[in-house]
Amino acid sequence: MTLPVVIREKAAARRRFLPFGILLAMILVAIVVACAILPSVIAPGDPATQRLLIGDRPPSAEFWAGTDLLGRDALSRTIHGARTALVGPVIIAASAFAIATLLGLLAGYLGGAVDSAIMRWVDFMLALPGPLVAIVVVGVVGGGYWTAVVVLVVLFTAPDTRIVRSAVLEQRPLPYIDAARSLGIAKSRILFVHILPNILPIVLAYVVLDFAFALVNLAGLSFLGLGVEPGTPDWGRMLFENRNILFSNPVALLLPATMIILTAVSMNLIGDWLFERLTR
Amino acid sequence: MQGRGLVHFILRRLAVALPLLLIISLGVFALIHLAPGDPARALLGSRPSDPATLAAIREQYHLNDPFIVQYGIWLWHALQGDFGRSIQGGQLVMSAIRQRLGVTIYLGIVSAIIVLGLGIVLGMIAAFRRGSRLDRAVVMVGVLGVSSPSFVIGIFLLYLFGVVLGWFPTFGAGRGFLDRFWHLTLPSLALALSVMAITVKITRASMIEELDKDYVTFARARGLSVARITLAYVLRNALIPVVTAAGLIIVGLVANAIYVEVTFALPGIGSLTVAAVQKRDIPMIQGTTVLLSAFIILLNLLIDMIYTLIDPRIRFGRVAS
Repeated sequence: MTLPVVIREKAAARRRFLPFGILLAMILVAIVVACAILPSVIAPGDPATQRLLIGDRPPSAEFWAGTDLLGRDALSRTIHGARTALVGPVIIAASAFAIATLLGLLAGYLGGAVDSAIMRWVDFMLALPGPLVAIVVVGVVGGGYWTAVVVLVVLFTAPDTRIVRSAVLEQRPLPYIDAARSLGIAKSRILFVHILPNILPIVLAYVVLDFAFALVNLAGLSFLGLGVEPGTPDWGRMLFENRNILFSNPVALLLPATMIILTAVSMNLIGDWLFERLTR
Repeated sequence: MQGRGLVHFILRRLAVALPLLLIISLGVFALIHLAPGDPARALLGSRPSDPATLAAIREQYHLNDPFIVQYGIWLWHALQGDFGRSIQGGQLVMSAIRQRLGVTIYLGIVSAIIVLGLGIVLGMIAAFRRGSRLDRAVVMVGVLGVSSPSFVIGIFLLYLFGVVLGWFPTFGAGRGFLDRFWHLTLPSLALALSVMAITVKITRASMIEELDKDYVTFARARGLSVARITLAYVLRNALIPVVTAAGLIIVGLVANAIYVEVTFALPGIGSLTVAAVQKRDIPMIQGTTVLLSAFIILLNLLIDMIYTLIDPRIRFGRVAS
């Protein structure tokens, strides 16, 4: 074994405009988005129709992914499940970063007491065992999916604030800020017109990464029976409901499980790729 | 000088950890009042409700006293390990926890060994073979691990090894050491795989950075063996970021243990918490939540202390942390 000689430029040269893997990830996300917008057009049947006499059957010509305990079509339920898999995480990632951008800009640019107050709160939030807090609060307060969304927004805001703040701190010593200040431009204008556009690429990349994380967290809460209302077609909820039919119709579990992983992997890959492209 | 710096550092960390524990306990106590409806009714559970029982419960939990007094009394009992009785069946919360602690500890230790051992080795190999097919495979597995929650990995493992191959049992924790090992292999693997991604990613990145440094070139010029350079110099420095991320790893292990226990129907603290949450069994939720949070915070404190031992810069306060 010899120590590797590190050539920095080699990796950069190999980078293409749109790598094949990223293209695949984007196509997959596009399919999921299409399912979320028009589930009834794409799905072969109604997700809620129960066929108690059939029960849980393995895949057949009529039901490609088989049926669950109540005889509901697993494929249609998975397609309809795209909606709760996308809406919540989009709201969580977007609002957590909207709040974090505001707080991060203030903390990073104003400094002083504002900065230490905001960062004290961030440190506290980061020290909390987040997933445990989410399970307990959503479970005790009740309210299902939307409570889960709100709790995750609060939990996600803290690490996001830290990211935005450090991006702002990188911009602060740059000459254009000095120039703007010496022109007597108002602080709020410097913050939102001058600094914000410069940190937006980083924020955008992290929003995509946050989405993947939110998807996994929301699905987890639904898997524990705490997220979406009973009866809602949802990937996490399907894993919760179909746990006991792993032997009779495993596809009803493996299909939503695969969708969770594929969507999260795709968003993670796209996020990493955006981060590389936008920050170099 | 050195001793004083260390004591100062530990005191500073305690000054953060203790208030945090206090705030968490306050939050956990407030759960009684957070739950929708009358707390007395919530604490009553499935028992028949009549004015006399409700009054008795108000008396027992001091619900007529001011909030801060209620909290004080609750905290005093909690510190002595008394979280009251479960509203489901009336078992003492502490004895229920004690019964189920073994499985969770076993699961946690086995997974932690895989996460640290295998995770660091994989990260090192990827860093050494940087840019190779092996490296890209490890990075891809890392992305997969970050994106796959433990319960999803668990379901795939259950299907492959439990249903298709039939090598491992699909539920329960088993009796005796060997049987337990057999029962907990898949759960430990599911838990480890989802958390290991963090260790692999960090080890790889910091290893690549360290290998690039002048001292490595110098050590090679002096003719030191690769094993010596790696183990004595590079690894020691490369592992500092892994220790920094230990807090993340611990929270990841505890949180995912909850999901894994539910997936594999294991009688541990995690599944106890989830069952309590589903039934709104507040005393039980309070007990397990305080225990898990305290465990996480105290372990983080311990890691901070280990941290000072491996990185002298922190001991002397030269690194703001």
